[in-house]
Amino acid sequence: MEQDWIWGLIGGLLIGTGGAVYLLFNGRIMGASGIIGGLVDGSGHSTKWERLLFLLGVAVLPIILMPFYREVNTHVTDNMIVLVAAGLLVGIGTRIANGCTSGHGVCGMSRLSVRGLVATICYILAGGVGVIIFRHLLGVI
Amino acid sequence: MRNLFAFIAGGLFGGGLFISGMTDTTKVQGWLDVFGNWDPTLAFVMGGAMIPMAIAWLITRRRSSAVLGTTFPPAPSTEIDRKLVIGSVMFGMGWGLAGLCPGPSIAALSYGGTGLYVFVAAMLTGMVFAPFFRTKLDRVVPAE
Repeated sequence: MEQDWIWGLIGGLLIGTGGAVYLLFNGRIMGASGIIGGLVDGSGHSTKWERLLFLLGVAVLPIILMPFYREVNTHVTDNMIVLVAAGLLVGIGTRIANGCTSGHGVCGMSRLSVRGLVATICYILAGGVGVIIFRHLLGVI
Repeated sequence: MRNLFAFIAGGLFGGGLFISGMTDTTKVQGWLDVFGNWDPTLAFVMGGAMIPMAIAWLITRRRSSAVLGTTFPPAPSTEIDRKLVIGSVMFGMGWGLAGLCPGPSIAALSYGGTGLYVFVAAMLTGMVFAPFFRTKLDRVVPAE
């Protein structure tokens, strides 16, 4: 669709505004993997309720917006092996690297963090290579 | 109060992920797939998100603490260690495989179906075991 990039830009501005609110009001970096991971292993500075309410907001807003959309589809694969492998890689990888697309990508690069930039280059390259291998060579996704 | 603003921030994040189409795995994989039918959307999402965020970082320089009293995060570390690189490569592989990263997987909880639950369950399991891998990577010190 031709207007996809406009919705991407608007959505991106909203995501960044969310990150700005979390930083300026709560003094925290809005990284999804860190917020979830802290609930799992108790690390980090935010309180449990801060994390839970953040995640509640993330999950609830799409439900509110959904009636305005004709079609909503995640197109998640039904290949369970791929899903389990991908989930494990994302879970372990983001916690070892201490960040994901939101923490290292959006929050890190916007403050010119070298670590954020290096992490972003690594996961984009790995993701691109992954798609080449698993889609074009092996045909599993 | 911090809980309320956490909810507002999360809502903006989730709403933005939804509107931008980032909970659609084909758009994420379409962006990563430079040899296929390339989809530029993700670049606009990333770029758009970094504008308010960069302004927020500039504002933190003029303030001593956050509005609700907490201190701001310390200056970013510049240490590039193997945890950062290995972890990010692992994350990228999983991201490319399923087209999902942690934020969108939560945003899509209400409509992602069984496949999404399987992914989230595996991700949480990975997060439980991550400290084990982290200490392993810490312990292996390169020979001087």
